Amino acid sequence: MTDLQSLSRRGALAGALGLGMSVQFLGARARAAAPGLEHRKLVVFVCRGGMDGLSVSPPVGDPNYAALRGAIAIPGFGQAGGALKLDDTFGLHPSLARVHALAQAGQARIAPAVATPDRARSHFEAQDVLESGAAQVYGVPSGWLNRSLEAMPARPPAMSVGPTAPLILRGRIEAASWSPGEGSDRDTRLPGILQDLYAGDPMLSRALASGLATEAMARTATADARATLTPASAPAGAAPTATPTMASQPAGMDAGGAALRPVLRQGLPQARQLGATLAGFMVQSGGPQVAAVSVDGFDTHANQGAAQGQLAVRLAYLDAVIDGLVSGLGPAWNDTVVVAATEFGRTARINGTGGTDHGTASTALLLGGALKRGGIVGDWPTLAQGRLFEDRDTAPTLDMRGLFKGVLAEHLGVDRHALDATVFPDSGGVAPATGIVV
Amino acid sequence: MALDPDLSAAIAVTRFGLGAKPGQLAQVRTDPRGWLTSQIRAQGAELPRGNPEPSDQRLAEFRQFAQFRRQAQGRGRIAGPAGRNADAAAGVGGPSPDMMQAGPDPRPDAQAGSVAAPGGQAPDPVRMAQRLIRQEAAVDVLARAQLASTTDGDFRERWALFWCNHFTVAANKLQTATLVGPFENEAIRPRVFGRFEDLLVASSSHPAMLLYLDQARSVGPDTMAARFLGRGDSQPGLNENLAREILELHTVGVEAGYTQADVTEFARAMTGWSIGALRDPDGQVGRFRFRPMAHEPGARTIMGRRYAEGGQEQALAVMRDLAASPHTAHHLAFKLVRHFVADEPPPALVAALERAYLQSGGDLAHVATALVQAPEAWSPQAQKFKTPYEFLVSSWRAAGTQPDRVEAVAQVLNGMGQRPFSAPSPKGWDESAETWCAPDAVVKRMVWSEGLAAQVLAGRDPSQLARDALGARLTPLVATAISRAETREEGMAIFLMSPEFQRR
Repeated sequence: MTDLQSLSRRGALAGALGLGMSVQFLGARARAAAPGLEHRKLVVFVCRGGMDGLSVSPPVGDPNYAALRGAIAIPGFGQAGGALKLDDTFGLHPSLARVHALAQAGQARIAPAVATPDRARSHFEAQDVLESGAAQVYGVPSGWLNRSLEAMPARPPAMSVGPTAPLILRGRIEAASWSPGEGSDRDTRLPGILQDLYAGDPMLSRALASGLATEAMARTATADARATLTPASAPAGAAPTATPTMASQPAGMDAGGAALRPVLRQGLPQARQLGATLAGFMVQSGGPQVAAVSVDGFDTHANQGAAQGQLAVRLAYLDAVIDGLVSGLGPAWNDTVVVAATEFGRTARINGTGGTDHGTASTALLLGGALKRGGIVGDWPTLAQGRLFEDRDTAPTLDMRGLFKGVLAEHLGVDRHALDATVFPDSGGVAPATGIVV
Repeated sequence: MALDPDLSAAIAVTRFGLGAKPGQLAQVRTDPRGWLTSQIRAQGAELPRGNPEPSDQRLAEFRQFAQFRRQAQGRGRIAGPAGRNADAAAGVGGPSPDMMQAGPDPRPDAQAGSVAAPGGQAPDPVRMAQRLIRQEAAVDVLARAQLASTTDGDFRERWALFWCNHFTVAANKLQTATLVGPFENEAIRPRVFGRFEDLLVASSSHPAMLLYLDQARSVGPDTMAARFLGRGDSQPGLNENLAREILELHTVGVEAGYTQADVTEFARAMTGWSIGALRDPDGQVGRFRFRPMAHEPGARTIMGRRYAEGGQEQALAVMRDLAASPHTAHHLAFKLVRHFVADEPPPALVAALERAYLQSGGDLAHVATALVQAPEAWSPQAQKFKTPYEFLVSSWRAAGTQPDRVEAVAQVLNGMGQRPFSAPSPKGWDESAETWCAPDAVVKRMVWSEGLAAQVLAGRDPSQLARDALGARLTPLVATAISRAETREEGMAIFLMSPEFQRR
């Protein structure tokens, strides 16, 4: 009960519902966890559309980079719109200013040539494999992040951001979901009546209970996010694409169809707010320890841009969500790991329409106060003639599952047997990456 | 048919149609299958009464707008940042629609007609134009929802919506936002009961699709166009996006086992499929235009078949073979059954539709008839969880009402994760209960149901509305819960949120 009360300062909603609603969160807290692990947090960003690793972490020191990329090459260190330096070879896209600041503090690293086992270059197959953790498409109907919860004795609570449930968090363990919007902040009888009505309907019953419990938390989280994002603490020097116009056009509604406004007009303040609100959930007692966030719009077949342009806008958005998350987590950032991964990378060469087509390996970002300081994760195959996969894409040197396994093992204490057998089925031959977490 | 006529009527209207309007079940009851088959007609689906401007006109206006914007930027009339943003608005992408804030924009300058430039003096003409373009699309969204909420041919409308989703074009750029409505009306709706091949060609040659999947600017690398247009590093060339999605999503599907080489070859065959521009001589601005100079010369081999050089005909020949492929028959049959009947399609029903497709040469009227005639499609258990759009439409129908403002459609759908005209990828909207029965979305449905009840009930008896909408599908448990409600509005919300109304 104490946990439930702390979830909802109002408590009224909980009272109206009876106690059925918070079973997931309460249950999780009741179980004993291994010492220390209960504070560890993991956030997985699923970057949909095929995020271009060669622009996220441009290998500007690779002798073939500029020629392959032509007009979309990110300029070298120190040049206008140039890459933000990580080491002699790699930089970060100039829109990833917050990530770069973290890297300088030893709290961000890149895995520059990581890929799932899927090679079909289909968004849908590759996202399925990325999220299911299976060795091939349609291998498993649930997500690896959900199955990893099953493998942890404490069964930590989890949450996805967005009104639909992403595959990565689907499965036997009930995960919460949340998206920005108006809540049902009223005392009506309806939730209680519906809970009764759904008694014989497990799908609706679980969804409603979880949704109501999350909503109670959301009020607290939103309040915390507001406190975090006072004007004084909001980062001043936003990325180049953080234009005043974008900031003044939130993705709300106004008369005459702003609902159809291209979604990229979702401004950076909203992105930052989203990250801070997620953090607000995660720092609450009983809040999610594990979260999944989808960011899309990375399918840059045309007009990809370099330091500015559509990919830059998307990366600035991602950077702002991360910024809000870091600020909102406060001291809890030191116990946090963030992984941002995509279903595949893109072609090494610029295509005929100023963009890039579906490729193979890409960059995964690893962030967090819990991260071990170090260089790139995995090997860099280079972009040399003959080293490209099928003479086309960055060649994979690291299996995505190995990267995820390393994070789950070192950060959340998931045991090797579960990682090989259930979290990533039939993956005994894929070793966990090591040396990621302190 | 062994089923009780009342249950048959309820299934016909909720599973194959868009949900019963008051009084509709009584009409359907005499012959539920006949009611469905009578809606299959050669001229296709109805056209929503939205903005009547066709796509070529809208595209021409958009091109003028883009030109104006460039000039405005050149003159420095809009500040640098706003100019950059306008450019970005013409590009692809954006955060997940999942993350859309659904709340109204609280700021005064967000209201229509008061678009002030940063600094707050004269209205910014670029932003005003953008707003007008979005308003056009909003009219289309509203008209489509009104048609769905009121039509008596609601199987036909559901069938059309299936094909609109199969051939997804999404409003992920300002330009395509204005074209989704015309695309559905011009390419899809007239052909949904015709031959699939014609539908495929109409979709693949429509400017909306050519823009959405980047085909319009794809240029054969070994062509005159590539040599003329090449400048600096922005060498024009191949874009394989549409070719890949035609194979993967629109026709044979990944299980057909094509290779990267097949995708690239098909992309080469499709080079030249483009759109008429202002500079073209023949007044075909904004319409499909084949550009021989951009078409990669030579024969192509795709999935083991050789296609002789033939200009525009080459890709048409490929599409003809794709449409005739048994893989396509299976892919379409599977998707149809998954949409209409169950997330896990019964194999016998899929096989029946496959046969109907192949035996009729891909005649979609034939396939639609096979669907409604198949006993497996009439299982009493409702297995499909409604998508947000289906839920809203069936609710309006049950209440005998229709939305009167675009906000009543778009804002709500945003919050539930189904932003109008904005499927998250070319694959279209997901079909599965797991996706839509998420905790957050169920709470939002509940809140919306209460709001709708407060708005539209007007003293009517919710028990009667539930009987009118669900007929024999209404269970005693739910009927009792509605009758015990403290207020009529509460009863209506219980009905809308009942497990049987949430499914179809």
